[in-house]
Amino acid sequence: MILGEVLGALVANTRYQGLEGRIFLIVQPQEADGKAIGDAVVAVDTVQAGPGDRVYMVLSREAALALEPWFVPVDHAIVGFVDSVDLEEGG
Amino acid sequence: MVLGKVMGTVVSTIKHPDYLGHKLYVIQPLNAARVPAGETFLACDTVQSGVGDTVLVMREGNGVRQILQKEICCVRSLVVGVVDEVDAHTSRGSDSAQ
Repeated sequence: MILGEVLGALVANTRYQGLEGRIFLIVQPQEADGKAIGDAVVAVDTVQAGPGDRVYMVLSREAALALEPWFVPVDHAIVGFVDSVDLEEGG
Repeated sequence: MVLGKVMGTVVSTIKHPDYLGHKLYVIQPLNAARVPAGETFLACDTVQSGVGDTVLVMREGNGVRQILQKEICCVRSLVVGVVDEVDAHTSRGSDSAQ
């Protein structure tokens, strides 16, 4: 799982079966200190996040398992909101 | 599995039901010499580890589902051990990487 910040939404009217009604969001993966990691990705939302929200995502096969039905072509899913990240002093 | 250090905790109130009841940690991956290597990621705790601990992290979903005893679960990274000591021959020589 990784942290990220929601940058915006993506509209796709034609989609694979099982993904009807799902919201796709553009998410910038981040380090714990907020530094960006690589390029933005498209993730399916499960927690009703929106632009500007700090969230965490699960990647790979487990992203699809966050959804119902779960046998869908998804590799990034937003699974929680970040209220705060409490880092150790000097960490 | 990877070696990592628990850097801190993530506070999250609204989350997927599969994450309820698990502490969520920020993990810094380490190499055998316990030097930070790679980008931080998140993992759920199963062994009552704490911030500052060197830990063993599994980053593979099927093993996670076995441990959590769920057939369908969207957790992928799990802290499965607290590391007491690492004895490894590093690229710098044969010194023990304590």
